[in-house]
Amino acid sequence: MSLLTSLARLRALDEGIAQPIATVRHCHLSARPMVFIPLKLSGEAAAPLAAMLGTDRAEPRLLVVTQPRNRDLRFAWAAELAGLLLPYIQGFLRETETVERKNADPYERALDAPQLIVPNPAGVAFTRLLGRSTRFRRADGPYPVPTGVPLLGRWLTWFAERAGYPGSSLTIAATDELGRHWASGQSGLEDANLAALLAWITDGPSDDAEDPLIWPPAGPVTDPGFDAEVLAPAIEKGSAERVTEALRTQLEPTWRLMWQAIDLLGGLPEGASVAQRWEQDRASFSGLAAQIEDGAPPQARHDGAIAAAARLARMERAQAAYEVQRAYDDPLVMAEYRLTGEAFAGEVVETEPENFEGEGRSRKLRPLVVVKTDDPVRLAPGTTLGTPQRRGQGAQLVSASDGLVTLKITKGMGRGKTPTPGAVPEVGERVCYTSLTDDFQGAPSLPDAEATPWTHGGPPREYRPTDEDAREEWS
Amino acid sequence: MNRLDALRGTTPPKPHDARAIAALAANPGCSRRALMDGAGIDKDAAARHLGFPAPFGQSPFAITRGNVFEALVKADGCAELLRMLREQLGLPIAEVAYHDVENVGAHLRHAHTRALFDRAVAEGHDAGTVYDHPLLALEIAGHAAYLEPDVVAFQLGGRFHIVEIKSFAVIDGQADPAAVAAAARQAAVYVLALRRLLGELGHDPLRVSHEVVLVCPENFANRPVATLVDVRKQLAVLERQLDRMTGLDRLLDVLPDEVTFDLLPGEDGLPTRSAAELADALRRADARYAPDCLSTCDLCFFCRDEARQEGASDLLGRNVRDELGGVASVGEALGLADGTRDPAPGQEEIARLLRNAERLRRECLT
Repeated sequence: MSLLTSLARLRALDEGIAQPIATVRHCHLSARPMVFIPLKLSGEAAAPLAAMLGTDRAEPRLLVVTQPRNRDLRFAWAAELAGLLLPYIQGFLRETETVERKNADPYERALDAPQLIVPNPAGVAFTRLLGRSTRFRRADGPYPVPTGVPLLGRWLTWFAERAGYPGSSLTIAATDELGRHWASGQSGLEDANLAALLAWITDGPSDDAEDPLIWPPAGPVTDPGFDAEVLAPAIEKGSAERVTEALRTQLEPTWRLMWQAIDLLGGLPEGASVAQRWEQDRASFSGLAAQIEDGAPPQARHDGAIAAAARLARMERAQAAYEVQRAYDDPLVMAEYRLTGEAFAGEVVETEPENFEGEGRSRKLRPLVVVKTDDPVRLAPGTTLGTPQRRGQGAQLVSASDGLVTLKITKGMGRGKTPTPGAVPEVGERVCYTSLTDDFQGAPSLPDAEATPWTHGGPPREYRPTDEDAREEWS
Repeated sequence: MNRLDALRGTTPPKPHDARAIAALAANPGCSRRALMDGAGIDKDAAARHLGFPAPFGQSPFAITRGNVFEALVKADGCAELLRMLREQLGLPIAEVAYHDVENVGAHLRHAHTRALFDRAVAEGHDAGTVYDHPLLALEIAGHAAYLEPDVVAFQLGGRFHIVEIKSFAVIDGQADPAAVAAAARQAAVYVLALRRLLGELGHDPLRVSHEVVLVCPENFANRPVATLVDVRKQLAVLERQLDRMTGLDRLLDVLPDEVTFDLLPGEDGLPTRSAAELADALRRADARYAPDCLSTCDLCFFCRDEARQEGASDLLGRNVRDELGGVASVGEALGLADGTRDPAPGQEEIARLLRNAERLRRECLT
């Protein structure tokens, strides 16, 4: 957390209402998101109890395992879930665009992709376990499960994996995403309570949010009091209807909160780089669909050494790009860098558009710009700079002292003897420059999986689905 | 009557468990908690009586599952446990003796546990022995706390291992890191207690291994799997915190004599003392609230409410407090940011940063 966010939290606590820490929305919001609120049986790793889901706030679908310890009912529940989620997912595969690639064949990318919205990070973790407990099953063979269940497992696994990918919007944990846009006057720990965080953002803090009788927990774990006094007796009685109705009371309040969260996020204008990141999400979506189409086996339990290194590198690059893009898209995020001296903003007080450096053939156009700023600049002369106002532009810091920063533009002003009109900021214009740049980082060169060195365990064994996997106990 | 008993008054004492000690060590600066735990006061009952019931409870499903799993591991003289120790950890165990310490009366258990361990070390058994339900004691801030672990201690070749049985799942070799960390902290309490026991008996404390055996269900089934967990780090932290923990005597000295945390339970066991009076008494002992208390201390909502009334920046979490570098109250920090308050000596740097942050926020939001 930065000092800027800490200050916003203090202000929120003082004023009794959450404070914005972003001026634009940094995630993609689908026109038709799938809200998914799963509940699990307490004490079990991944025994589903119920889920409320749907793309229409007026029509939540409730799926319940009325005897949570019954394996057949559990698979029937997973089949029902597949019956709702798979058509939703597959619906996005119909419309595609052809994407040309350098050094590779063109591929088809879906024009839109599914989006799963769960209440909190624990909901993502449970989605991962649901995926893990279903993707190795088989619809045929000696231990068959209903069709659709293994496929559901692969998609749930993918959703959960993408949730950990910086900047991806395929899976959104509502509390996390709200917390990236608003600072409440409570601790991060308490922000994991959806009802509490939403109260801070809308009407101000309320103790009701922590009362499970008013706002049941947003899952996947249910309230222990509810378990003891309502759910356990209902299950004991063997009344499917009572269990269903009991669980409905626990899910409906969260359902309303989820749509409130979506409305709040939807009320913010979208950041400029969001579409670009969503494009990567669409590519990932089409990628898995193509793998499934080609008959690839389900995602492995563990990555091999090479796959793990490649994944880590991808995520690191995504993280770096996400941080830069957020700052470029949002002045309030950029302010964090201005506070630490890695960026500065101010008014242009002087320009020399036709400044040249060097002689003869190496004579180059290097327009000079002087910016007056109140920010504490901590950048050394020669530092490469970028600016959110002109994204293609590159500049270099010449000198900085007494609130006056001189910089020269090195890129993005044309090749002529005079700069392209508009490339050099005018006197009086407000500009922001930063050492934070989204330099392209190449992927590390890693050997093929078959060439994994012995230091890293040698080539990983290829995964072959077995009956053992298909029959794995799920108790 | 000693001062701690007086503090508890007529309320029956509540025994400690390793979870409580681990939590106490996590917040060693909290005098309120140290005194209440030291005196054996039922914090849960106190919190409920104050109108701030603790936010935890355990689901009957989780309790059942935990009990079933533990029973499975311990069935037939820990047969399943021994199979795992042999097969998964490769320990050369041939025959094993099984002692259930619980078979003797509760008041004798600690003495019995001491005697058993004393004999085991002295005789230097080569054969393995499993001790179920040992009752251990640990000195907390100058006062002995008894621990009733649901663990077993396992002896092989003169070395003891603590076995901790937990019902959270290990899936594809991975478990919830928070759950593992909590289990390791608790196991460290048992290791320390057992080491101190051996030390008191004049044996080498290091005969208790720093590697504990964590037994959990594997994947989605009920089948147990054993993992060795090195708790050296948790042990070091625990020992340091217990040493640092202000002696209770010193805390008691500054507490006026008439202060008591007695709940005055009536015949039905329900508190009869006025809640306002109890709250006043508790406020005499300083608390150090942090949001982490919300998952470890029964009294958390009471202390949070107090922190709110004081406008303490502790409410926002340790990282915010650290970022503010010594500015403890919300009003003070905002005053420095607005420039309506002059920095005290030593606050110049944080004041400059806060003013800058405030300027930037205003500029971006208007």
